[in-house]
Amino acid sequence: MRRIATLARLELTADEIETFAEQLSAILAYAGQVQQIDTSGMANADSAIPDSASPQFRSDDLAPCLPRDVVLEQAPDADRSAGVFKVPRVLGS
Amino acid sequence: MNAPETASEIRAAVASRQISAVDVVRAAIDRIRRLDSGVHAFLHVDEEGALARAERVDRRGDELSRLPLAGVPIALKDNICTAGVRTTAASRLLEHYVPPYSATVVERLENAGAVYVGKTNCDEFAMGSSTEHSAFGPTRNPWASDRSPGGSSGGSAASVAAGMVPVALGSDTGGSIRQPAALCGVVGLKPTYGRVSRYGLIAFGSSLDQIGPFARTARDAATVFAAIAGRDPRDSTSSTAPIADCVAALSGDARGLRVGVPRHLLEEGVQPGVHEAFARSLDALKDAGATITDVRLPHAPLAIPVYYLVANAEASSNLARYDGVRYGTRAQGATQPSGKAPTPVPSLSDVYYKTRALFGAEAKRRIMIGTFVLSAGYYDAYYGKAQLVRSLIRRDYELAFAAVDLIALPTTPTVAFRLGERTSDPLQMYLSDVFTVAANLAGVPAVSVPCGLSAGLPVGLQLTGRPFEEATLLRAADAVERRTPAASLPGPK
Repeated sequence: MRRIATLARLELTADEIETFAEQLSAILAYAGQVQQIDTSGMANADSAIPDSASPQFRSDDLAPCLPRDVVLEQAPDADRSAGVFKVPRVLGS
Repeated sequence: MNAPETASEIRAAVASRQISAVDVVRAAIDRIRRLDSGVHAFLHVDEEGALARAERVDRRGDELSRLPLAGVPIALKDNICTAGVRTTAASRLLEHYVPPYSATVVERLENAGAVYVGKTNCDEFAMGSSTEHSAFGPTRNPWASDRSPGGSSGGSAASVAAGMVPVALGSDTGGSIRQPAALCGVVGLKPTYGRVSRYGLIAFGSSLDQIGPFARTARDAATVFAAIAGRDPRDSTSSTAPIADCVAALSGDARGLRVGVPRHLLEEGVQPGVHEAFARSLDALKDAGATITDVRLPHAPLAIPVYYLVANAEASSNLARYDGVRYGTRAQGATQPSGKAPTPVPSLSDVYYKTRALFGAEAKRRIMIGTFVLSAGYYDAYYGKAQLVRSLIRRDYELAFAAVDLIALPTTPTVAFRLGERTSDPLQMYLSDVFTVAANLAGVPAVSVPCGLSAGLPVGLQLTGRPFEEATLLRAADAVERRTPAASLPGPK
């Protein structure tokens, strides 16, 4: 549980760990029934897209994107004049 | 009250200038203000914006008579981005998020003359089957206020069922349009994967998500669907396949259609009242000229386990972006005030953990399952295997559709359940989607249409069809609708 929570960058309380451990075991045991199905001889899964013509890529033309200040407007912390998102120090102390 | 009620009535009245779009939209907002305190279908009503948009529709001059949704008020699930209007996905992580752009479906609705009036409640990031996993409180079923409207698009379904708006949009990843449509007694359509652009839809399960309409009639559902369907260069999975005229296809009958019933899926867990309403809907289809036969979907019982592996894997990946850096909420205690740095300085990793602790319980459960099934050592056994079994489910449909045109099932095994009844048992909650998830896994379209009441609560008939044959689905849904006694929708109280 703790390893998975770390991989997902989730901070779980002791209560959550206890509840989730039980619930996730039940869900995975139930979902695990797919492992009983014989899929030998199937090399790959089919595409999720019903239309064999898709995906179709758009042409690679220059088009306007959102202005930088509009994007930074939604940031929890940003330096608008420098045009950057701000986060706490990553390296050093 | 003689005010127009369906989208087609409103459109006719607005297009012929018997009534203005502004008056229609103002009346819808009045109904929301009057009725929503007991339902909580809406998270946000954009009154000022909606009236301004309605005014613009009224000014469209000669063009007005050609707009398929002229002046029609519509509600949008709050995971569909609206430029300048808060879009939360019912999550604390996006509580104050104001998108800088609109979803393609929003632009298309506006081109068609529709006016969105507000954003509807849902399970957080569309993950749930009851709308109880909203960070902002549950929605109540307009038919019975102690019951859930279903989910995840419960607010959209309830807003149409309660008569606040004639039509709404939801999103459907495993049944999130059809299940609440059934439980609220309205029509709900999940289009073929790729038929409607997902650009601007907050992603949950990217290989499963589709946006689709809620309406009180199959005709209105067809009109909204026609307005939003089609290729969008901003969604590479959107299809170029031709779009049939779904409105013209509504012939009032179902002559020549072969309807298959997978009776082997109905042997247990289906309430007697649901069985009865379903049987009556098959009689209605026969009366409309369809033939009913048996069909088998041998791998369908695996749809729920496959779905919860595939959807959660995709969800854990899609929700990784909520890190408190570029947009959305950064958790209190993880914000570094500008100016002088406080001590101790939180690390970037603190920002991630404290921000992501704001996810609700269901989102956390799904992130945990998804992260596990994608992790080294488990990927092949769970995720890879699930994708192979998903292909078997898809091939069952291909085989079945060689013999029949439509597959009929009840949309849900039970009528609307009570609020709080299933929240402590996630697996029980997941099983309410037992008949809906397969269509998402196979990518095929499916509609839920009301087919009667059981103990005073609505029951839905689900019809599933071949890829890109929404017109056939809607034609059969319309035929059933015409032969089903109109259940009086809960009116203004």
